[in-house]
Amino acid sequence: MKDRIAPRRLLHEALLEHGADPVRARRTAVVVEGQAYSYAELLDRALRLAGALRQRGVQRGDRVAIYMDNTWPCAVAIFAVLLAGGAFMMVNPLTKSDKLGYMLDDSGARVLLSDGHIAQEFLPLLAARPALRVIASGKFPEGHAIEAFDVVTAAGAPLAAPSATIAPDLAALIYTSGSTGQPKGVMHTHQSMLFAAGSLIEYLRLGPDERILCALPLAFDYGLYQWLMAVQLGATLVLERSFAFPAQVFARMREFEVTVFPGVPTIFAMLLSAHRGEPLCFPGVTRVTNTAAALPDEQALRLREIFPQALIYKMYGLTECKRVCYLEPELLEAKPGSVGKAIPGTEVYLRSPAGGPVPPGEAGILHVRGPHVMLGYWNRPDLSAQMLRPGPLPGERVLCTHDWFRMDAEGFLYFVGRSDDIIKTRGEKVSPVEVENALHAIDGVHEAAVAGVPDELLGQAIRAWVVLQPGVALSPGQIRAQCMKRLENFMVPQQIVICAELPRTATGKVSRKALLEQLPG
Amino acid sequence: MPTEAASVEARVRHYILENLLFSDDGSELPNDASLLDRGIIDSTGVLEVVMFLEEAFGIRVKASEMLPENFDSVNNIVRFVERQRSVA
Repeated sequence: MKDRIAPRRLLHEALLEHGADPVRARRTAVVVEGQAYSYAELLDRALRLAGALRQRGVQRGDRVAIYMDNTWPCAVAIFAVLLAGGAFMMVNPLTKSDKLGYMLDDSGARVLLSDGHIAQEFLPLLAARPALRVIASGKFPEGHAIEAFDVVTAAGAPLAAPSATIAPDLAALIYTSGSTGQPKGVMHTHQSMLFAAGSLIEYLRLGPDERILCALPLAFDYGLYQWLMAVQLGATLVLERSFAFPAQVFARMREFEVTVFPGVPTIFAMLLSAHRGEPLCFPGVTRVTNTAAALPDEQALRLREIFPQALIYKMYGLTECKRVCYLEPELLEAKPGSVGKAIPGTEVYLRSPAGGPVPPGEAGILHVRGPHVMLGYWNRPDLSAQMLRPGPLPGERVLCTHDWFRMDAEGFLYFVGRSDDIIKTRGEKVSPVEVENALHAIDGVHEAAVAGVPDELLGQAIRAWVVLQPGVALSPGQIRAQCMKRLENFMVPQQIVICAELPRTATGKVSRKALLEQLPG
Repeated sequence: MPTEAASVEARVRHYILENLLFSDDGSELPNDASLLDRGIIDSTGVLEVVMFLEEAFGIRVKASEMLPENFDSVNNIVRFVERQRSVA
């Protein structure tokens, strides 16, 4: 890209550049279910959808909900919203009706983009939200005010006038589980996201010829950034709906010669287990990345059998700043257990709970400083103030992660623990309060407490302790069935323990710590 | 053998309803519905199904067989089990 003079300030400018360049426009932007789409097609569809969004009232700064599976329409939608001047809000397609309704209301989304096959979740929400415009891909039930994605993008006129968006404008709201039980929308600007994508590209040593696999949900920021990075590079994303059918993912990796494999520990554990049965080898993969939960060193080293040519990256991050740190892959053996140092262009430091400095080797609370830090939580200045603290310069704000780390004398970071009760299962953050709220909403449940317990495959499994109302008989299966109606599948407790009462602290609060101590394994 | 297929189907349906849907309402599980589309299985859910099939029907599922055409609906799973049992 030596011919470029203008700097990129907005996330979608790269797409406009690729579309305008006769060579790059023909390159494959994304492969979905084996079908390749070029940058020219991506830009064309995205501009048509952007035009349609504008016609349906989307103005600069408006939120548009993208409640979709990993599909071509979803890949288009992300850039269409940006081109129209809006901010996209990704909603995991496993989300159930009530929570989706909460997120639509909280964000004030003007348009909902979704898939027909999850219509049963969004249809019940439409009557109470007559102003919400809905565009859905695939087949959906007739008789509702839903427009078809294909019709809208094929017939519509492309966006005529570009949006007046500037870099500090909102680009995305990314909802994340919080200890309060309600998800909160992390506000990221074009500036913070473009910076983060650039920093990741730099340390992962990525170039325009990469084929990046994404079988993680695009609704998860780890998946989303694979797409954002691919477009920044003019590279190709090989998009799969999930890892549910590994043989299909493997076949696609071979067919499209994937070079970058992003995973989470649950996926790597499955890969290693499959490898023991039938040896797997992907010599074309040159980068393997892990985040969302710690990858045990022993597993990381064994991955070299499957990916003999790959640099293996251990990383740590949180949605509030996208990524915090990574370990240089050459140091995997030299720095066991470490997640490395701050990503390029940022810095990190530890502070005691009182705010004082922390000597090397001792545990402290990790703080993050850099242009990748979020603007705050949408509509939640109180929660924003807990996470964003005064920085070294007047008016500056740094991110307090509330996670405990140690830093060795050379500045390498080691994760120690979280200071809240958030559960990490399959790499997903789950709020125990959110699960407890779902349990409390069940007829016959008197009270409930939820905590994470160690699990080989999931990292943590979710265990619920439930006290039933007198005279009520509910089986664990019936309780889980009720949970399924309200919670994403990965939030439904794997283990349910019916008990007579819950242990309490001196102040009368239910003690998760006492629950974990009183039960074996 | 239709009776045997019916019993495979019944056992597969019962397993999925009880362990993945936590439901006793069979209408929630059409035999031809994509389990992935409906959010019924995911990367760990499919492993649970595989473990159940191996134990219940004495078959062995290879990683290379973990494809949507074998596992993405009740019908596909039943056909897969039938094929495995006929070659066993």
